[in-house]
Amino acid sequence: MADIMTYNDIEATAARIGIDLSQLDLDSIRLPAGEDFGIISDDEDIYNVDNSELDAGFSNIIVVDNLPVVPLEKFEKLENVIRKIYSQIGVIKDDGFWMPLDPETNKTLGYCFLEFNTPQEAELAKERTHGYKLDRSHIFVVNMFNDFDRFMCVPDQWAPPESKPYTPGENLQQWLTDEKARDQLVIRYGADTEVLWNDARHLKPEPFYKRTFWTESFVQWSPLGTYLATVHRQGAAVWGGASTFNRLMRYAHSQVRLIDFSPGEKYLVTYSSHEPSNPRDANRVVINIFDVRTGKVMRDFKGSPDDFATGGAGGVAGVSWPVFKWAGGKDDKYFARMGKNVISVYETETFSLVDKKSMKVENVMDFSWSPTDPILALFVPELGGGNQPARVSLVQIPAKEELRQKNLFSVSDCKMYWQSNGEYLAVKVDRYTKTKKSTYTGFELFRIKERDIPIEVLELENKNDKIIAFAWEPKGHRFAVIHCDNTNANNNPRPDISFYSMRSAHNTGRVSKLTTLKGKQANALYWSPTGHFIILAGLKGFNGQLEFYNVDELETMATAEHFMATDIEWDPTGRYVATAVTSVHEMENGFNIWTFNGKLLYRILKDHFFQFLWRPRPPSFLTPEKEEEIAKNLKKYSKKYEAEDQDVSIFLSEQDREKRRMLKEEWEKWVAQWKQKHEEEKEVRKNLRDGEASDEEEEYEAKAIEVEEVINQVEEVVAFEE
Amino acid sequence: MRPILMKGHERPLTFLKYNRDGDLLFSCAKDHNPTVWFADNGERLGTYRGHNGAVWCCDVSRDSARLITGSADQTAKLWNVQTGQQLFTFNFDSPARAVDFSVGDKLAVITTDPFMDVTSAIHVKRIASEPEDQVGESALILKGPQGRINRAVWGPLNRTIISAGEDAVIRIWDSETGKLLKENDPEVGHKKTITSLAKSVDGSHFLTGSLDKSAKLWDTRTLTLIKTYVTERPVNAVAMSPLCDHVVLGGGQDASMVTTTDHRSGKFEAKFYDKILQEEIGGVKGHFGPINALAFNPDGKSFSSGGEDGYVRLHHFDSDYFNIKI
Repeated sequence: MADIMTYNDIEATAARIGIDLSQLDLDSIRLPAGEDFGIISDDEDIYNVDNSELDAGFSNIIVVDNLPVVPLEKFEKLENVIRKIYSQIGVIKDDGFWMPLDPETNKTLGYCFLEFNTPQEAELAKERTHGYKLDRSHIFVVNMFNDFDRFMCVPDQWAPPESKPYTPGENLQQWLTDEKARDQLVIRYGADTEVLWNDARHLKPEPFYKRTFWTESFVQWSPLGTYLATVHRQGAAVWGGASTFNRLMRYAHSQVRLIDFSPGEKYLVTYSSHEPSNPRDANRVVINIFDVRTGKVMRDFKGSPDDFATGGAGGVAGVSWPVFKWAGGKDDKYFARMGKNVISVYETETFSLVDKKSMKVENVMDFSWSPTDPILALFVPELGGGNQPARVSLVQIPAKEELRQKNLFSVSDCKMYWQSNGEYLAVKVDRYTKTKKSTYTGFELFRIKERDIPIEVLELENKNDKIIAFAWEPKGHRFAVIHCDNTNANNNPRPDISFYSMRSAHNTGRVSKLTTLKGKQANALYWSPTGHFIILAGLKGFNGQLEFYNVDELETMATAEHFMATDIEWDPTGRYVATAVTSVHEMENGFNIWTFNGKLLYRILKDHFFQFLWRPRPPSFLTPEKEEEIAKNLKKYSKKYEAEDQDVSIFLSEQDREKRRMLKEEWEKWVAQWKQKHEEEKEVRKNLRDGEASDEEEEYEAKAIEVEEVINQVEEVVAFEE
Repeated sequence: MRPILMKGHERPLTFLKYNRDGDLLFSCAKDHNPTVWFADNGERLGTYRGHNGAVWCCDVSRDSARLITGSADQTAKLWNVQTGQQLFTFNFDSPARAVDFSVGDKLAVITTDPFMDVTSAIHVKRIASEPEDQVGESALILKGPQGRINRAVWGPLNRTIISAGEDAVIRIWDSETGKLLKENDPEVGHKKTITSLAKSVDGSHFLTGSLDKSAKLWDTRTLTLIKTYVTERPVNAVAMSPLCDHVVLGGGQDASMVTTTDHRSGKFEAKFYDKILQEEIGGVKGHFGPINALAFNPDGKSFSSGGEDGYVRLHHFDSDYFNIKI
């Protein structure tokens, strides 16, 4: 990227050799075939990775070793056996079978070559039949033909790897040191992707970095905000840097569809699904886990979507993302996925299964990690028509020891919600009523951090109420529930919202209701990331109603509307909140920025608006004691910022006034010029109008004239009563 | 401000024009009958019958004696304003769109649409003072711009013609020789079809509205961009107050999209902007459908809007309006 000519250079060169650039049709220039004048395409090296295989042309050939050595008479029989095995996996090319003979003995040599239609099939065949037992003494050893070359190249002598000199990288956390403590955000609209500062004081965003065609499908911040990931056809890339966005690493994974970072952003999981060459076959799913910093593939998983589909009973189509769920915490130590009747837990030291085997859990339906600890919560539905109850259990990893289990009866569905500190787990349980015709909902509340993990049952006051949304207060002990009477849901589109606390002042061990707000136009809950405040939002059907609610004081701070809003995102500090209308519908695409208490700061309109994401911040290094101290002495700290705020607002209004004055002056100049020209042309105009001198150019004047009219005057004597 | 709802047209409105005295309002619509109304109380005076297609544009002479209309029936017609009598018909090979009388009313500019093999064109016609002397020949024909020419108006002293249309370029032509004098700077110009153009009273500057969701103010003589007004929806119609430093923009989403979304999302409001500061100062709601036409009364005390819904809404400003301070 270093020796790119700037446009100015080009213009200078053109002027020197006498070419008029404006006359030049750039599209008409054809480079000689194979010549690129040293201009390296950005994507070349990714292509190279793929092409090297295709060029060799042998990537669809496998070598099967350890076959029986047979004389010529049995050649055909063996060929049939091998063909039968491999034709189940893929299509062998017409003359794609070759089993060489020893010219001396006229016997086979114990290996053969198979050429498939596609490299994918070859790879699949290798995976499936490596270690295939033809009989006791003939266990297949299958290799890719291309690998042979590679293995041959390995030198016999080990040479120590060259150690590269250390070059200090950029400070990838530079944005956190912003003097005004602003947050960054990324937006994607049309073909452009732009990173902006949210400059709330100046009531506008400040551009930071912009690039057209930065990504081919979407962008994503890493969970701690260090990287911005872009997704392309050839793979994914991460970007970051101190003063701009440089590409830090690329991850080749052709046709990648989905990506997911581990919570400590050490690893990146990429997912793709390929159409098979044989339409009867299922799609082929490839999942790679990369080390974010080195770009190395740590482990890959391949198979059909069924292998990765979640849901114990099977029959669930498609893959639910993320397939691999990461255990909480910054260490990125464990990740797990659910298969049929098993939970496979891997650890990242070796990228293999913990204890070398998966956990057997019959019919497991759902699982989730605690956001902070290596604890898994599992849900297993009812079995055998109710003979075996459904259960929710908590399992400690890596010991795989069950910490707590709760059996539940006549359950139709279960959903698990962890509080962000991993202190509480709420399990929403839908149970059948006695008639089995309808369901009602209750909550099982686990207190993870307390001794023996006590469980409490919470039921709504009105049993018919259906739960529309549930949300824990981040880092807090409260939660909010939107519920609505099921029986007359159609007549009553205004649901109620209730707030509960896991420990109220006088009762620390029990859940208690704080309040219920009746008849709200809301269907989604958005807690501030620091708690205390919540937005009760009516998206979709409710056209973007917003209510900013203070849960400490139990009062509404503001109500507002962002018409047709589709997304709501709190900034990581909980100071500002963005509401956005993304490109699901045509009109009014763009975003609004509000303060936490519902004051609209500014709005930006962008056509074809696709994404809005705040840049996450890593957790604070301050100890809880220090944070408490700051909260206590907030006045002292805030003084400085208030003064700054005031300066800015004075500056702004000054600037505004100045700008207006300039505009007015500029306008006056135009008007004076026009008046003069108009005067000059007066005579000509008069002639054009056949001498009609009515050029008193209609000087209307607005006058407020007050006319008072006495319509009626009545005098009457009003009786005065004691 | 209680608007007067004027229902006379059966199809979407296309154009509105006040006469110089501001007592008459002429309206064109996709039904075939241009209509004249009292500009004060909205009473219908009469219609001009004779066109056989949508009427796109009209202009009235300074003395309010003649009306010229351009129609999709491939004609432009001259009318006697008072009697409604057809005086003359200009025939073309394709639909006529914009019409404009020159200063002195001795010339008229008429644009025609591209149609089959015929390209779009700007015609200059001489207008005889006596109807019986009127001839159909064009004094000048200008060709060149791609696509429809939505508006063509006379420049100062009839020396130039300003045109704008589908190719989003504003052009100034010499009205004598037909030479192209100027095109606007594409850097700052509109990005999509220019739908409307309104001159200031003295003709020194004009305002263009475009589907790129903006309106721009230009100097007529130099074609310098002076102001840009950014809005949230495609602009179909623009008007400038002759009295205050205000401009009005009207528009909305495509008619085909209207039924699929809430009426609020369409934004069928007439939006008022401060002409100098380029800031929005207010809006007038009412139409159920995009606004296609806007016109200010020459006295600046009332304005009217015509919508896709077939209504003309006549608004007399409250006294508060004249005291707006921002």
